Amino acid sequence: MFNDKKIGSLYVAPFVIGFLLFTAFPFVASFVLSLTDAQLQDQLGSANFTGLQNYTEMGRDATFQKSLGVTFFYVFITVPLKLAFALFIAVVLNFKLRAIGFFRTAYYLPSILGGSVAIAIVWRFVFAGDGLINQALEIIGITGVNWLGEPNTAMFSIILLRLWQFGSAMVVFLAGLKAIPEDLYEAADLDGASRVRQFWMITLPLLTPVLFFNFIMQIVQAFQEFNGPYIITGGGPLKSSYLLPLMIYEEGFKYFNLGYSSALSWVLFVIIAVFTAIAFWSQKHWVFYAQDREDKNGGAQK
Amino acid sequence: MTSSSVRLSAVTKSFNGTDVIKGVSLDVKQGELVVFVGPSGCGKSTLLRLIAGLETPTSGEIVIADKDVTYAHPSKRGVAMVFQSYALYPHMTVEDNIAFALKIQGRPKAEIRAKVHEVAEILQLDHLLQRRPKALSGGQRQRVAIGRAIVREPDVFLFDEPLSNLDASLRGQMRVEIARLHRKLGATSVYVTHDQIEAMTLADKIVVLRAGLVEQVGSPMTLYRHPANLFVAGFIGSPRMNILPATFAGSTADSVRIQTAQGSLIIPRKDVSKPASDKIQLGLRPESLSFAAPGAEAHLTGYVTLIERLGGETFAYVALKEFECEPIIIKLDGETPVHNHQEVALTIELKRAHLFDADGLALGHAPDFDPAQV
Repeated sequence: MFNDKKIGSLYVAPFVIGFLLFTAFPFVASFVLSLTDAQLQDQLGSANFTGLQNYTEMGRDATFQKSLGVTFFYVFITVPLKLAFALFIAVVLNFKLRAIGFFRTAYYLPSILGGSVAIAIVWRFVFAGDGLINQALEIIGITGVNWLGEPNTAMFSIILLRLWQFGSAMVVFLAGLKAIPEDLYEAADLDGASRVRQFWMITLPLLTPVLFFNFIMQIVQAFQEFNGPYIITGGGPLKSSYLLPLMIYEEGFKYFNLGYSSALSWVLFVIIAVFTAIAFWSQKHWVFYAQDREDKNGGAQK
Repeated sequence: MTSSSVRLSAVTKSFNGTDVIKGVSLDVKQGELVVFVGPSGCGKSTLLRLIAGLETPTSGEIVIADKDVTYAHPSKRGVAMVFQSYALYPHMTVEDNIAFALKIQGRPKAEIRAKVHEVAEILQLDHLLQRRPKALSGGQRQRVAIGRAIVREPDVFLFDEPLSNLDASLRGQMRVEIARLHRKLGATSVYVTHDQIEAMTLADKIVVLRAGLVEQVGSPMTLYRHPANLFVAGFIGSPRMNILPATFAGSTADSVRIQTAQGSLIIPRKDVSKPASDKIQLGLRPESLSFAAPGAEAHLTGYVTLIERLGGETFAYVALKEFECEPIIIKLDGETPVHNHQEVALTIELKRAHLFDADGLALGHAPDFDPAQV
């Protein structure tokens, strides 16, 4: 009745259907829409083919250019900072300390909560004019600033929200650190290398595959940041935190410019793809893969 | 030049309340190659790590080159270590691996280059200097690990089971190479292994460890000929020494009369005092037993249960009549005609026989034993 082929097809069906329906179709559809003047409120059939007009429009759109600049700024600041911070915490949590399991859990907690809308709302309260930060500053006699009302500090507050979600990168770093054999550090100890030099000369080079993975993940995620600007700053003030994903959302669902919004999505997609490609191309210059050490007898038995 | 290069005084080490080293005192002389040998978990690697400074003793004192280094940092002890896993830095070339310690010391580039090349030449690594460890064979990695130690010109070399990751033929080859290097450099070395052949062939002095205590210290042949107890007797020598039950039946100044299941034997033995219990054990190495010549006196009789022919030599397993013990092993010439179930009469080379009391301690000592040479 059922042969192997049918049973196999049945097993892969959920993924294939889901992929076609929710990934492949929107992917193609958004590209087609990006070549039209489709409006969200109109029937799709009434949209006109406009060729690359949506794309050329961006060249004249000052809001887009402002948003693009803000997005690059956001990505270039948050990705290195977050990687450095995650690595720093991972190195600390890799020490053999009492109750280290508790600290690892505690430091991971923000990441479980971090991306949620609820935390973004809490962030808004924390940074509000009469929020927790300013109240705390007042206690020690400092007059706070209007964090979300100033272009510089508004950006700062959403950057901080991303940095606070260092947990997932940290966990990956921690796993990478644990994979570095202890005896390399013992050999370095005997050779007289200080802890700091051991970090730069042994830990970091051996961690580059993990660093590379985290780098790609963070680039992709940072370019897609939406919750922060949407909930905390609304993209303002003066579009100072108007990241591209927020603009895409507002163009499509606030101004109903489905065609233009789709075109913006594709630009963002290409930007991410180019950055990822550059990263992959560059890895032969800085990523060291030790895994293809073909021997299996590396582990010491004590 | 100092007479004692490494000195351990009553060193102990506990991990979470478990005593791993239970009070070890030891002298390693300048230029000596000392091998720590013992079964898994006897503490030999821990003892080496204590000397290296990778562990800190719970009590006791460690002196290297007349300096108390008990609590000194590993890099301040003048020791270099070759790890079991080699511990090569996988992202560095062979050259950088060997140069690492010198770079850390901030030596001039030209000097580093010269030294690395000198070491590479000694170890025949010249053509591999630009390779990464993953492109090397096990034996080559081992040589890089040794090179990394040599280049530092340490007072003491420490080897932690350096050959255990190599296959058998390469192990033999590297063993010879390490012996050659030791002769060439003349540096004090402490070498840990569980392989008694490595211990016998490399050591100037063997330290047999069991459960965190030193069982016996001595030259390889001293340990082989005059084991202080049953443990050392069983550990040194392959195949193992045969142990037969016997009863103490009296002694003179230079011999002991014992009673076995097959009659009495007179064993040449000096300085024997009457043991607390008459139950004693007779130790016979496979090579001190042979088939009795026709007409000659036979010390033991039995029949062959198994024959292992290794080519140059043959091991015969002989079940002894009247004895309640495992078949004993006899080492014969490879060409000796022998077949299964054959009835055999055996001669013991009596001056090579060993006696142990009920506690396993050697009873007296062989007539050719000179306590002064230990």
